[in-house]
Amino acid sequence: MSRTLMKGNEALALAAIKGGCTHFFGYPITPQNEIPEFLARELPKAGGVFLQAESELAAINMVYGAAATGARAMTTSSSPGIALMQEGMSMLAAAELPCVIVNVQRGGPGIGSIQPSQADYYQMTRGGGNGDYRIISLAPSTVQEGAEMMLGAFDLADFYRTPVFIVSDGMLGQMMEPLDLPEKISRNLPAKDWTAVGHGGLRKPNTIKTLALDPVRLEQINNRLQDKFARIAEAECRYETYKTEGAEIILCAYGSTARIARNCIDLLREENIGAGMIRPQTLWPFPNRAFRNLTDSCRQILCVEMSCGQMVDDVRLAINGRIPVSFYGRSGGIIPVPEELVRQVKLILGRK
Amino acid sequence: MTVIFTKSKGLTELETHYCPGCTHGIIHKLVAESLVELDLLNDTIGCAAVGCSILSYNYFNIDMIESAHGRAPAVATGVKRVHPEKTVFTYQGDGDLASIGTAEIVHAAHRGEKITTIFVNNAIYGMTGGQMAPTTLANQKTTTAPNGRDVKHCGMPLKVSEMLAQIPGAAYVARVSVHSPKAVRQAKKAIKKGFEYQMAGIGLSLIEVLSTCPTGWGLSPIDALLWLEENMIPYYPLGVYKSPEEA
Repeated sequence: MSRTLMKGNEALALAAIKGGCTHFFGYPITPQNEIPEFLARELPKAGGVFLQAESELAAINMVYGAAATGARAMTTSSSPGIALMQEGMSMLAAAELPCVIVNVQRGGPGIGSIQPSQADYYQMTRGGGNGDYRIISLAPSTVQEGAEMMLGAFDLADFYRTPVFIVSDGMLGQMMEPLDLPEKISRNLPAKDWTAVGHGGLRKPNTIKTLALDPVRLEQINNRLQDKFARIAEAECRYETYKTEGAEIILCAYGSTARIARNCIDLLREENIGAGMIRPQTLWPFPNRAFRNLTDSCRQILCVEMSCGQMVDDVRLAINGRIPVSFYGRSGGIIPVPEELVRQVKLILGRK
Repeated sequence: MTVIFTKSKGLTELETHYCPGCTHGIIHKLVAESLVELDLLNDTIGCAAVGCSILSYNYFNIDMIESAHGRAPAVATGVKRVHPEKTVFTYQGDGDLASIGTAEIVHAAHRGEKITTIFVNNAIYGMTGGQMAPTTLANQKTTTAPNGRDVKHCGMPLKVSEMLAQIPGAAYVARVSVHSPKAVRQAKKAIKKGFEYQMAGIGLSLIEVLSTCPTGWGLSPIDALLWLEENMIPYYPLGVYKSPEEA
């Protein structure tokens, strides 16, 4: 594909088709509407099916049904809509059904705003659904990176038989950037011999289920799921570092905020203040090892989010008390500017 | 020796967990026999719903998907939109379909999904221990309506078949019962028709089956059948509410 200028939401939709999406079920909500609108137009042309559901609850359960038959199904939504889907996400994770779910985050809590936010970090990493489960959360910070993550998301989901989140926000979704979509590199995937498609009289019936009334059986299932989550945590952790070498302060930011943190670091470096960044590209699994690898030069960590402080919990767990961790955030749909981050860093380091 | 009855090939060898006198077993048999007679067993996907019948995936000899409470029509929609050539049905109770799942069944009908819904109405929540359902009759006693359903407090029982028959996408809507051998035979015909209309691609078919819950009602199996006939049928009249043949 030649280089084109695309909106973040549309780039995700395009990459979903290229990545193998065959079925989309969704419900309108701002600021993600360009994704279903693009797919309503383009997915049928690619031989797929677009269906608008009556609610987010129905949408996620349609994804569940389609995924149970082995289809590559997707839904997209924004924060309050994602909250409604949590029941289905717990089901998908428990039944080990691969699918892709995009959250273009907006301000909360409640109905909140339609402006960019990162206040769903807990929702994307802790789950709002019941029970012990984890979902892979990919967090792009550019239109290009979002498309690339989407390109491999269905393979990732199929490889582990698990749902995959792509965590975007209102800024990444609405902004336009150049996109150069690469060719998809396919993984070797296990055969889908577990799907409910009719037994054809050739095998025993397949059942997709999550109910396990026997406590011993349910604990065995949970242990098996936890083993899988541990394998994912070992193999799929992704992060990027920026000017961390010799830095005395490390900013930690993801998604849109990481772009602003990068500008802040460049401004600080012009003033000879040693700042760098760790940018998690996977929110779960969280890149703990990036923090373990920090050298002794690092005296302070500053976690920056468009929230009132959520990812900072994971940063503190990763640092485990070795280095002071502070937090700076804006919420409600307000995007921080590099200058206010510069001020915050100087305050922490006692510089003028 | 002449064989006059065998268990349907549409059912597994497992013994069901249903209470003595519960009519789920009869309804399972009718669904299984219909699928076998229409030669659909190999290519059918069933969607089990939360309630007593959630374990129906152990009893039907077909691929099945367990659905979250009330969501079976949405799950079935996902299945059917991937495999339009296969037979897809939901098997739901009245707590599941008529309460928590009203949006999903209304909109599956509204879209004219080519699926069949077996709606088992026993006027009570069975699995959770006999609580009031939207379908509980006026003055009927339940654990959450200890003095009987007060219609001023919680409304008149919901007539699902009458309601869904109004939706253009609903192709076939019938209410049947299984309280007598004659009623069972009529129920079988309706269930079979429902699957036939699905495979003809006409729209959603829903068969509401009036069913007993001797445990939840506090009645013997025989008294429960009589109670159904004398109390449920007058409020929930049997018959075909919508049919492609009348259109």
